[in-house]
Amino acid sequence: MFEAVAFYLFAFLTITMFFITVTTSQALYALSALAAGMIFISAFFFILGADFLGAVQIIVYTGAVMALYAFGMMFFDTTREVKEKQGNKYIIVGLSTLAAVLVVVIFAAPMVSENIVALYPAIEGVGNTQEVGLVLFTKYLVPFEVAAIMLLVAMVAGIVLAGKKMDLSITLMNDAEIEEQKNKKVLS
Amino acid sequence: MMEIGLNHYLVLSTILFAIGLVGVMRRKNLLLLFFATEILLNAVNVAFAAISHYYGDLTGQMFAFFVIAIAASEVAVGLGLLIVWYKRHSSIDLDALTTMKG
Repeated sequence: MFEAVAFYLFAFLTITMFFITVTTSQALYALSALAAGMIFISAFFFILGADFLGAVQIIVYTGAVMALYAFGMMFFDTTREVKEKQGNKYIIVGLSTLAAVLVVVIFAAPMVSENIVALYPAIEGVGNTQEVGLVLFTKYLVPFEVAAIMLLVAMVAGIVLAGKKMDLSITLMNDAEIEEQKNKKVLS
Repeated sequence: MMEIGLNHYLVLSTILFAIGLVGVMRRKNLLLLFFATEILLNAVNVAFAAISHYYGDLTGQMFAFFVIAIAASEVAVGLGLLIVWYKRHSSIDLDALTTMKG
């Protein structure tokens, strides 16, 4: 009973938030709605007993990814209205629904054919975090380390891409130097 | 109706994925396009966690973790590229990217 109420409540909230994200014309509203939707998604993980995944969802998505987007938005002109593509609405919605159903069929087909077996069954008597730790640091140790290297590479790439000319400070330059920098930027 | 099964979660995942795809197809602003891809990844994560729960298998949760890691690095690199593009063209519209159009 409680599970059903929680499921329907959070399903409604999540769908509403993500619908706002894809339809609003204000970038700031889209960001806020996306952050709220991420938190509501973590509620499903808690209902499903994946406590650690829910905590990671909140920390990584609303803590790291949304903060990164918020900082990134300071570089862009986000106050003006976002223009939309003027395409055929029915074709877009139809294609999207078709593709989404296909994805679910890809997930569900092996289960319907009844040949799915639990590779790493849940261990009795320990919490979710211990289970995750046991599986992650035995069976999935190499993918885990590769993911760590990938995150490091992404961090270095982000710094290199966004950090160009960060050593220049306009407040410390006089007008002639600023003009010189502007001309250089046009030429490059 | 009152018993929540795997199908409920898969239907929810389908709806969220469809919303994300609509966003990908109709958005012109690259930043909002990134938001739509986040929705796609989250929809798949819900399906992974639900399958993991109803089959008593932890592999689904493991893949959800790796999806989250990939999403985080995608944001870091994508936002860096977006900032470079904005510095050069002062616009992040998709139409400004069609420089190879004949």
